[in-house]
Amino acid sequence: MKLKQLEGLLGSLQQFENPKIELEQYPTGPHIASRLLYTAENSFGDVSDKVVADFGSGCGTLGLAAGLLGAEHVIGFDIDEESIEIASLNADELELDMDFIQCDIRNLRLSDRAIDTVVMNPPFGTRKKGADMVFLSMALKVASGAVYSLHKTTTRDHIKRTALREYNASSAEVLCELRFDVPQLYKFHKKKEVDVAVDLWRFVPNTNRPKHL
Amino acid sequence: MRLLTHNMLSSNIKGVTNGFPLRIEVEKVVEKEVDFNVDFLRNMFAKIEWKALAEASRTMGYSELPDDAESSMLDSDEFLRKFHHALLELHLEEGALVCPETGRKFPVNKGIPNMLLHEDEV
Repeated sequence: MKLKQLEGLLGSLQQFENPKIELEQYPTGPHIASRLLYTAENSFGDVSDKVVADFGSGCGTLGLAAGLLGAEHVIGFDIDEESIEIASLNADELELDMDFIQCDIRNLRLSDRAIDTVVMNPPFGTRKKGADMVFLSMALKVASGAVYSLHKTTTRDHIKRTALREYNASSAEVLCELRFDVPQLYKFHKKKEVDVAVDLWRFVPNTNRPKHL
Repeated sequence: MRLLTHNMLSSNIKGVTNGFPLRIEVEKVVEKEVDFNVDFLRNMFAKIEWKALAEASRTMGYSELPDDAESSMLDSDEFLRKFHHALLELHLEEGALVCPETGRKFPVNKGIPNMLLHEDEV
């Protein structure tokens, strides 16, 4: 599938009706989502025939993009029931089969290395400090192949250091810098549209670590 | 929810030491056909917990998987077809997942397990 086709299909997906501030529910736009998954598949072979998890799946955009690119099994994890309902409808619309689990990522217990690839657009942690790091830590624990994630460019050094030193990543690489259009979803946004610089990261978990469940 | 998802999920209630595998209570199972992918099955075979899969599929009304399996069986097309069906085509649509230690039920509605914990379980 071509990048433009993928972006077009993702652009047709339904997004949050009533986004929840406390969960930092910003939709992952089709531009960013299509590039993330397209790169994962075409540059690294991390999607087709793989088991892919979408952490904080929201309306399902990243997970469904993985499904469109041939992932064998996709699981979306989200704390919010309404989001999962929208994501399920989006899956039906694309005629894709995707599993969902309603859970708090902090309390999730998956077998180590059960997932090949984690894709995620975590909460940036602007409302709840460190939320993105909780996601990253868990992703690097359950993934055996790679973790793709979006983080604010201003946190680049911190992310790199923490991933390598504390979360046992064997590599942490910024693939590109993107502009994240955050539309005026919430009343506290003063400007009509806020442009945030975001890094697209690829982390490789260190799978030599002793296995502990 | 496919049994592949069930095969990696544990109960994470505070104090529980072995939350795997979650028992399954079945109200409704649906089957959805998936393309047969031999390479994927071979890869997965090394990763999954076979006993949990065999037992889960039996609970879901599919009794074709042997209790034990070894990698030499992957040469058999018949075996691969059964493995494929159990792993990817059986869905728990309504029912519950049950913590093997505490008996706490995690409800499954419309195929989606609710694994959220109560405050005193974290």
